Amino acid sequence: MSVLVYTESEQGKFKKTSFEVASYAKAVADQMGTTVTAVTFNANDTSELGKYGVDKVLNINNNDLEKFNANSYASVIEQAAKKEDSKVIILSSSADSKYLAPLVAVKLDAGYASNVVEAPSNTSPFTVKRTAFTNKAFNMTSIDTDVKVIGVSKNAFGLKESSGNASSEDFSPSLPEAGVTVQSVDKATDKVTIADAEIVVSAGRGLKGPENWGMIEELADVLGAATACSKPVSDLGWRPHGEHVGQTGKPVASNLYIAIGISGAIQHLAGINASKVKVVINTDPEAPFFKAADYGVVGDAFEVVPALIEKLKAFKAQNA
Amino acid sequence: MNILVCISHVPDTTSKINFTDDNTKFDTNGVQFVINPNDEFGLTRAMWFKEKQGANVTVVNVGGPETEPTLRKALAIGADEAIRVNTEAKDGYQVAKELANVVKDGGYDLVIAGRESIDYNGGMVPGMLAGLTDANFVTNCISLEVDGTNATAIREIDGGKETVSTSLPLVIGGQKGLVEESDLRIPNMRGIMMARKKPLNVVEPSNAETETSSVKFEKPVPKGAVTLVDADNLDELVNLLHNEAKVI
Ligand SMILES: Cc1cc2nc3c(=O)[nH]c(=O)nc-3n(C[C@H](O)[C@H](O)[C@H](O)COP(=O)(O)OP(=O)(O)OC[C@H]3O[C@@H](n4cnc5c(N)ncnc54)[C@H](O)[C@@H]3O)c2cc1C
Repeated sequence: MSVLVYTESEQGKFKKTSFEVASYAKAVADQMGTTVTAVTFNANDTSELGKYGVDKVLNINNNDLEKFNANSYASVIEQAAKKEDSKVIILSSSADSKYLAPLVAVKLDAGYASNVVEAPSNTSPFTVKRTAFTNKAFNMTSIDTDVKVIGVSKNAFGLKESSGNASSEDFSPSLPEAGVTVQSVDKATDKVTIADAEIVVSAGRGLKGPENWGMIEELADVLGAATACSKPVSDLGWRPHGEHVGQTGKPVASNLYIAIGISGAIQHLAGINASKVKVVINTDPEAPFFKAADYGVVGDAFEVVPALIEKLKAFKAQNA
Repeated sequence: MNILVCISHVPDTTSKINFTDDNTKFDTNGVQFVINPNDEFGLTRAMWFKEKQGANVTVVNVGGPETEPTLRKALAIGADEAIRVNTEAKDGYQVAKELANVVKDGGYDLVIAGRESIDYNGGMVPGMLAGLTDANFVTNCISLEVDGTNATAIREIDGGKETVSTSLPLVIGGQKGLVEESDLRIPNMRGIMMARKKPLNVVEPSNAETETSSVKFEKPVPKGAVTLVDADNLDELVNLLHNEAKVI
């Protein structure tokens, strides 16, 4: 019996979320008095996982698994879970993991809880805290099946280092029919994505038009941040749909969220509530966003943002 | 093409969220319920298939009689018939099982669900339904074309999008982007009148078991007041973000 964790990698390198889910798995394994096994797909160096509490790595090297495929990956995780007699399977809350988790749950006849934000409060009954109502509330959920699948929210549990070495074993699962074939991937690889970003700079209709996004991108650049927007902005075609955050858009769980010219409508706030620190820049002191923010500047974005960029550049130069 | 659209009946996006019975139940008092926004995009796409390629569109909900106005609204938007599986929706797996029975009985080629419902945000019903019915599955779907039994879809991934090809039977988890926002339909008087005559079939559940249970709800701890920084003193903001919040 061990806790099984699915680790994501890109071009052989682990994503940060892999260390976060490993950290979470270690906490669960400690509570249950067992060990952590990680499944990796075409990862170059799996030794790093030991630092986050992984005891054993099932190493898969297979060209047919080079591109993510939900059905194949779910089948591999199923086979790994059976091989390890795993009762708890842990995934992240990335788009791919959320795609996989329900398929894994069906294959293993397991109960699944997504958007989990804390280590289990109890392992018998197995109870976890998850977000509900798009971050307007939490739900304590018990998973009542023998095998359990958990999707961990991003940045909720954090990275927890522990001392350890992961042993490694090659694993060659059999692959089912893929069912879905990837034709092409269109990804801006040089940009920080909203899902992975520690900092998100977001702007709303207060920016007046797409031509004004230069300063938003510059601010994001200085901070190493991803850019995002409110719903009307993407509806108006000023920014791509993939940047729309909120209840009907992407959820954001960054460490810092900077909202510029965004009113703070309930649907927008719902999607960004999970961010740790929120800064708002708005001309209207009555904008609802000020009630949700930690820091606020009442002012015109067209003056405040360029000034802030300069201050941050100076700060960076000093702290370099 | 025989299309099934899964409709989740959820509190309107502006709803204040409260709980009763010692925080064990969602307080529906004063809450307006709507078609889950992700499902509304899917329903609209189904209407497009119906009008452009010919399709029969059925909408389905697993829930009590209180969800019927939401199903009637979907009929008024243009669905041909509705099914309500007469049981309280308790967890994603139970809902997926009940839906799987509907899919098997109705022989649907394409099942359109929403990526997630905005109440419990489980994001599990479409995937579980695909798994239970052995159908192909694409989630976070922002484009879908069907040609005979072949389908091409675009799904959003972290930081971009991916074009995939697959075949029917297919289950998708749809979201914004599947149709233009401006294509969403508001039921008109004629639609509402016609909806009254369309079949809304109530079927009894198979009483599928749940796998998870809701123990209790909690509200986030209220936040302290905002710290305002003068627009002329942005050094202070940088200082606070660095030394107090420790985020830069
Ligand atoms: C079903 C449904 C789902 C929705 N889902 C979402 C969602 O997921 N995400 C989302 O964002 N919205 C969503 N909305 C829309 C939401 O209700 C708001 O309409 C939207 O968030 C407002 O966007 P905004 O703040 O950019 O624009 P506005 O409401 O127009 O606000 C612009 C703000 O900019 C400020 N401003 C103007 N000029 C300046 C300036 N020069 N400098 C600084 N500030 C300035 C104004 O004071 C104002 O506060 C949804 C709505 C519905 C009905």
